[in-house]
Parts: sequence; C-alpha cells; structure tokens
Amino acid sequence: MTSQLPKPVIDSDSRPFWEGLKRRELWIQKCDACQQAIFYPRLLCPHCFSEQVSWVRATGRGEIYSYTVVHRAFGPFAEQTPYVVAIVELEEGVRMMTRIVGDRADIAIGKPVMVTFEQIDDELTLPYFALCSSLSTGNGGNES
Amino acid sequence: MKSERVAAIVGVAESDLGIVPDKTVLQLQAQAAKAALDDAGFGKEDVDALFTAGNWAWATNLMLGEYLGIKPKFTDGTNIGGSSFETHVGHAVAGIKAGLFDVALITYGSTQRSDRSRGRSVPYAPLTEQYERSFGLPMTVGAYALAAMRHMHQYGTTSEQLAEIAVATRKWAMLNEKAMMREPIEIADVLQSRMIAEPLHLLDCCLVTDGGGAVVVASAKAAARAKKRPVWILGHGETHTHNSISNMPDLTMTGARESGRRAMEMAGVTHQEIDVAEIYDSFTITVLLTLEALGFCQPGEGGAFVSGQRTAPGGDFPMNTNGGGLSYTHPGMYGIFLLIEAARQLRGECGARQVPDAKLALVNGTGGVLSSTSTVILGRD
Repeated sequence: MTSQLPKPVIDSDSRPFWEGLKRRELWIQKCDACQQAIFYPRLLCPHCFSEQVSWVRATGRGEIYSYTVVHRAFGPFAEQTPYVVAIVELEEGVRMMTRIVGDRADIAIGKPVMVTFEQIDDELTLPYFALCSSLSTGNGGNES
Repeated sequence: MKSERVAAIVGVAESDLGIVPDKTVLQLQAQAAKAALDDAGFGKEDVDALFTAGNWAWATNLMLGEYLGIKPKFTDGTNIGGSSFETHVGHAVAGIKAGLFDVALITYGSTQRSDRSRGRSVPYAPLTEQYERSFGLPMTVGAYALAAMRHMHQYGTTSEQLAEIAVATRKWAMLNEKAMMREPIEIADVLQSRMIAEPLHLLDCCLVTDGGGAVVVASAKAAARAKKRPVWILGHGETHTHNSISNMPDLTMTGARESGRRAMEMAGVTHQEIDVAEIYDSFTITVLLTLEALGFCQPGEGGAFVSGQRTAPGGDFPMNTNGGGLSYTHPGMYGIFLLIEAARQLRGECGARQVPDAKLALVNGTGGVLSSTSTVILGRD
C-alpha cells in the first residue's frame, strides 16, 4: 500500500479512534443519555444533543450494508484497482466506510464481516473488514 | 394550482458549453448573466439581489459582484452542491415575498473540464473527511455506486433498467443542438461501456464539461415589464440529510421525499398534473432514486417506472428534455441547467424537443452524494 494516500488530520474528536486502531482495537462512542452508539466521534450526541458521550470498544463484528468494486480511481488509488470499498454496519448499529479484503466473488450485501487492521505506516492504521468465513488466521479480530 | 403569484423566472441563458479552455469562470458567468438579462428585457441596473455558488473563490459573491459591477442589497452564496440553484430560487421567492428586493440574478460557471480538476487528489483529509478519504472511494461516482448496489440488493433493480435512463436521455439530446453527446445509444452500449465503480458503467455517468448558466427571478410587479411571459415559481422545498455517503440514513431514499412533498404542497399540484420533469442526473441511479423519493412511483418501483423508454421523447413521462447531465452538459454543479430547460419548456421555446402544451414543470436538484435536494414547481398562466 502506498503511503501517498490522503492522511487523516487527527483532531481532539478523533484521536482516541486513531490511537485505538494503532493498538489494533476499534473504538466508537456511546451516548450516556440516550444509550445510542455514535460514529464518527464528536463532541455531543447527534441523536439527543447530550454532551455525555463515552468511548466504548466495538466488538468489530458487523455486516456489509453496501459495497462497490472500484475499477477507475485517481491519484494514489489508481494502481490498486480493482478494489472493494464498502459501508459496514457494526452490530452496535453505526455504519462506517471501509475496505473489504478477501475473495471478491464471495462479497455480498448482508454478509457478516469482522474488523481487521491495515497498518499503513507507524502513524496510521486503517480499519478494514474481512468476510467472517474467510477469517481463518484471526488476523486482527478482537472478540477475544 | 393554489399558489399565489409572488415571483417568476423571467430570463434564462447558458454561456458557452462543452470544452471552453479560453474562458474563466467569471467570463462564463458574465456571458450567461448578460444573455439572461437580455432574455428578460432587463438591464444590470434592475438587479438588486445576487446569488451564486461555487468553490472557485474564497467568497464567490464578492468576486462575482465586483466583476459584474453589481452592488446588491441582498446576497446569497448558499452552496449545497448541484442543487444550490433550485435552493437559490426558493430563497429568492422568500426574499421577494418579504419585500427585500425585486430582481435576483442567479449564476453558475465552471471550467472543471479544461482545468482537469475532477478526481484530483488532496493529500490531507481534515474534519469529517478523515473517516472516509483514506479508503479510496472515487468521488462522487463511488458514493452513487454504493447507493445503486444497495437498491439492486433491496429491490432487484437491474443495470438494464438504469441504462433505460441513459438511452432515453440521449434521445432528447439528439433533439438539442447544444448537447455534447448526440450519437444514438442502445441499452447494450451502456452495459458494454467501461465499468467505473460497480454497478455503474461509463454511460451511467454524467459528462464532465465546462459551462455556465444564469436565471433571472423577478417579483410579480417586475415580471410585468419583462419581455416574455412569466414562468411562475409555484412551490419550493429543500433539505439536506447528510454530507458523506456512509452517513446517509437510507441509501435508497433521498431527501427529495421531503423537499418534493413540501414543494408540491406549496404549489397545490399533484403528480398527475406535472407535464415535464427535469431531474438531476449526475448518474442514472440519481434519477431512479429521485423519482421514487418524489413519489412518482413507490420505493423499489423506479426500475419498472423508467422501463420501455417511458422518459424518452414520445414517452408518457417526458424527463430531462435537454439531454440532461448525461448527454447535454454537466459542469460540476448542474442544477441551474434544470431550471433553464424547464423555463424554456413552459415558454414553448424548445422546437423539436418541445413537450406539447407543457404548463407545469417539476425541477429537482440533487447535490453532494445524494446529500441535498431542492425541488421547484414552475408553471405558466
């Protein structure tokens, strides 16, 4: 993976998320007032506007809400085609953009997936997801 | 129609379109503004409100106002993507109704084709972009592909059905001498065109062009001295539901459900009364989702609705009669061209592509990644 990809500008909303990924952990927020899960992280709950939000470790399990196979891309991604970008719905109820790794022929909406951690460099690890059926090595699953 | 006659579109024009390497965004807007005011029979001195949207300057209204020599008493640079101009029309009506001004000039210009700016990579992803940009979803096509894939999964919509839209739109473009793409295409051509982001092929995607446009909105009083008969603005609705595609509440339902309902209620019109529809077509899926959201058919029935070339010339649902963003022009933010075409249809100026006796038009802009929608209902006396 090239290191030229767009780098997140980490801020005080996002730092625990990115720091967690470097430890191969997926962290999201939860509202202490309305109990709903929150992603992406922010200063207050977008559901009820409470400022009482806490960080919680996600199980890393979810399912594919939608995906696309990218055949034409630009800049640092041009040489990676074809690749799969997806929106995964975590079992906590929030959705996030990601890549799906594994055999493209097996990828389908609704299939269960598990987080896996793609280390780009010392500063950045991205949360990718793998089909549960193809997770034989347990590389990064954090259900333990 | 129950809506009162507050304001009307009285002038419309495009600038040069297509590939225009020798003109700047300011020149394109000046060219379109001059032509639209000529169309209205108005002069620059009549303009007391200025609307534009773009990302070509730190404060677009300041630069444009200075360039055109306009010192407006009302200014609005609302930028919610491609639907900004439908929103400008709504805001102009509100301002006129409040008695704040009489004549609004709305402009757009872009040189994105000649700049080769689409898809340019920026090395940093700040703020909420940081949760998406590193995954390499090509913008904006990748986001629309995610919506199309979900719609197919949920409802069984097919690539052939999406292609119906591209083919029908091309047939309208063949009747418009200003359209960039005028060679006939068939469904198989769409399906065999290069895959960009599954399930969207090259011919499911809009053009990338240069170009600009302008629309003049006038109070009923000012419209009475315009050169042509007024195209009344009968209803308007707008909303935005998300910014990034992973935050769209439901990938198969756009905000047009809300903006459309509000616009039609304000106008007091029913779906059956609409004679011509101008629906933002950044991609074929944009149209299909919008038709469902607006209520022309039920969720999931969009594929069947557009089948059999229903939206083509001679079909019973005339749509995107200038050839759309798919085949006529698409300089980044296309919404102003929807308004221009709807006004011309209601004036009966469209020649070979004229929808017979068109009295009522629905315009729906979509911006961002299905993020914003703005609906305008237009009618003539």
